[in-house]
Amino acid sequence: MQTLIDHKVDYDDYQLHVIQSKKFKTNTISLKFARPINREEVTGRALIPFILQKGSAKYPKERDLRLELDELYGAKFSINSAKKGENHIISFTLDLPNEKFIEGESDLFRKGLSFLYEIANNPKLDGNGFDSDIVTKEKETLENKIKSIIDEKMQYANMRLIDEMCADELFGIRSHGYLEDLEKIDAQGLYHTYKKMINEDRLDIYIVGDVDEEKVKSELESTFQINRQPNVTINRPEVIKPSEIKDLTEAQKIQQGKLHLGYRTGITYRDEQYPALQVFNGIFGGFPHSKLFLNVREKHSLAYYAASRFESHKGLLFVFSGIAPEKYEQAKEIIIEQHETIQNGEVSDEELEQTKRTVIHSLKETVDRSRGIIDWYYQQVIGDRELTNQEMVDEIQAVTKEQVIAVSKQVQLDTVYFLTAEDGGANHE
Amino acid sequence: MNELKIPRINESIYHETLNNGLDVFLYPKLEMEKTFAIFSTKYGSIDQKFTPLDEQDMVTVPDGIAHFLEHKMFEKEDGDVFQHFSERGASANAFTSFTQTAYLFSSTSDVKENVETLLDFVQDPYFTEESVEKEKGIIEQEIRMYDDQADWRLFFGTLGAMFENHPVRIDIAGTVESINEITHEDLYTCYETFYHPSNMQMFVIGNFELDEISELIRQNQENKSFEAQNEIERDFGVEPVEVYKQEEVINMPISTPKCMVGIKEKPEALEKDVMLENDLVRDIALDLYFSKSGRFYEQLYQEGLMIDALRLEFVLEESFGFTAVGASTMKPEEFGKRIKEMLLQIKDETISEEEFNRAKKKKYGELIREFNNLEGTANNFMQYNQMGIDFREIFETLESLTLERFKNNVSDWVSEEQIAVCMVLPEGE
Repeated sequence: MQTLIDHKVDYDDYQLHVIQSKKFKTNTISLKFARPINREEVTGRALIPFILQKGSAKYPKERDLRLELDELYGAKFSINSAKKGENHIISFTLDLPNEKFIEGESDLFRKGLSFLYEIANNPKLDGNGFDSDIVTKEKETLENKIKSIIDEKMQYANMRLIDEMCADELFGIRSHGYLEDLEKIDAQGLYHTYKKMINEDRLDIYIVGDVDEEKVKSELESTFQINRQPNVTINRPEVIKPSEIKDLTEAQKIQQGKLHLGYRTGITYRDEQYPALQVFNGIFGGFPHSKLFLNVREKHSLAYYAASRFESHKGLLFVFSGIAPEKYEQAKEIIIEQHETIQNGEVSDEELEQTKRTVIHSLKETVDRSRGIIDWYYQQVIGDRELTNQEMVDEIQAVTKEQVIAVSKQVQLDTVYFLTAEDGGANHE
Repeated sequence: MNELKIPRINESIYHETLNNGLDVFLYPKLEMEKTFAIFSTKYGSIDQKFTPLDEQDMVTVPDGIAHFLEHKMFEKEDGDVFQHFSERGASANAFTSFTQTAYLFSSTSDVKENVETLLDFVQDPYFTEESVEKEKGIIEQEIRMYDDQADWRLFFGTLGAMFENHPVRIDIAGTVESINEITHEDLYTCYETFYHPSNMQMFVIGNFELDEISELIRQNQENKSFEAQNEIERDFGVEPVEVYKQEEVINMPISTPKCMVGIKEKPEALEKDVMLENDLVRDIALDLYFSKSGRFYEQLYQEGLMIDALRLEFVLEESFGFTAVGASTMKPEEFGKRIKEMLLQIKDETISEEEFNRAKKKKYGELIREFNNLEGTANNFMQYNQMGIDFREIFETLESLTLERFKNNVSDWVSEEQIAVCMVLPEGE
């Protein structure tokens, strides 16, 4: 495997990461602003990506902005917000074709940087706030988006599980914000939230592609001149133990029930047990050879999907599956049983080896995508641990069955959430 | 093998048609970690009425059978094929589209063994009454999952409104009723007709040794015997140019309405020699008018007719074609009406050379970007090869596309009787 190298440069107010790779026909630039999540600011921060994409001082209308991207050979641009552990991250990502594939073009990368700088740093203003028409309109957009989450059953069930499971924790805050807080937002207050982000958040800038590091650095230094005073520390929460298992059922008019289970692992990215957690998740529900898929789907034909995934910064693990409403008890029992069989040591050598190989494969596959490379390294910023992809592979390789069993005993069920049909599935019997 | 050079990106694909008719494409990319391989047959959900191998009369098979067969290919007398891939850390999967069933894996080691397994499992069917019955519960859950998804219902609602007889109007997975009719004998009939090597293609892309893999595939195929097969007779019915229904309404329990406007293609737009140009023209037209840099997008946004972005799609195949513009919208009726007006207005709009060249630039950059993605690259080449078209010609077609040709092409594209509007509305409205 090729070892990737993250060439880091520490500036006073941000960290630059240049990752050289010949794999891609495009170059990707990403800005990531991070701060601990809090209920007061989250709705405003969730709204900022919508506002900034609607125009800037230089490109006053969304269409002007998008036409400039077309000029940059269809550069792909997005701004979004998300939660990582108990932090709220706003990411700007621009992906542009490498000039070497375009005849007569030598300045595309620099133009891309200027574009990003313009959008991030020179929003369209109206007095001492954002443009108020844009704010009004985009509040409506976000409102509609929040309201339509209920139509996406899998996403809705995930959200409700976390609401209930982490009700008293920062992790329980919804990264897309709250309807009742949206009403209170105005153009001036929102601009203040944005100013705090641009000046005070932790900022990491990633550049991935077939680029010349020195050239990139000097272009960045001359283009990006934000006078920042970052003053935040990434939140790395204390681990919580579940007290008793919470069981919740909600009914809607749906055909398929969504059974989602929330566990606490107590293991985060920088923990020694993290590689063993990855292997545990693989044996339990991460892949088509995992116990959940083989038993819930293949053996009992209860579901089309039944899988698990873990969260790396808060120490959580989720199981999700879509089942016939009347199969709730049976499916839940089988899922819990799969966890218990691992606790009881029922893991074959083949299962262990196969899972390690599959985990390693997923990791290698991740670094074949530029976004994958950025996520992989950003994980290290949030998780506070640095290592190369080769080191991670070696750690997974070294995981023993005993370590997996030890992890399985540490993983504890916290909340069972079931979204079921209003008729309880009576029609489908 | 023949070397096929890809203009602009300085890479090559190697191609060979084996004695049994199998088309093999090998695209080494040694800078990548992974290898992606896909083995595909020209057999999809639309192939429901055909003359079985060695028979005289046409038969009609139950809806959803191609997809059902895809599920059952993975099961063998000695267990599940997924296992063989995951023992080597590879991940396998499959999909069924309107015109294609494909089996695939991605791996970062043991490429030879995985390619061999892929060829062997697809060429060795094992269907029993018992295993067919067992699968019905799983596929039923897959169907019910889609039934709860408004976007999926909207898409098939639009197809059902556009097409009167063509089987593209039928859901790929079929219905719970239709899959219950499927027998293991039906699966063998379909398999024997459509899985002959002369109806199939294999594409391998990524980090592998060209000579080694080409030899392996050749040997593997020479060791199996296939009787020569004639062209398969398929019947898609007679489809009028005008849409089946101008309007379709689906009621389901959702909170945010959705609307999609579909344009059915005329049969002459689907001829082989104009296919690539028409693909580009549809794509560029959608960009010029409905993308975020498009002329009509801003009007729709200002009129409050959509929540966030539009969903833009177009599909051109040998026997059917359509373009669709959709959105989540609080005003579905008005949205449908406006989009329809806009579509009819396109032929009278004036586009400047500058605008047209910018749209071409954008398309060019997007084509370059698509080569970042191994799966997408393989799919592009295969999808066109299945229609007898060399995808590499897309570059030349784009470069030689003039504004004049674009205008002429667009003026023949849309007329009122080719347009259908589908809405998904909350129940009780």
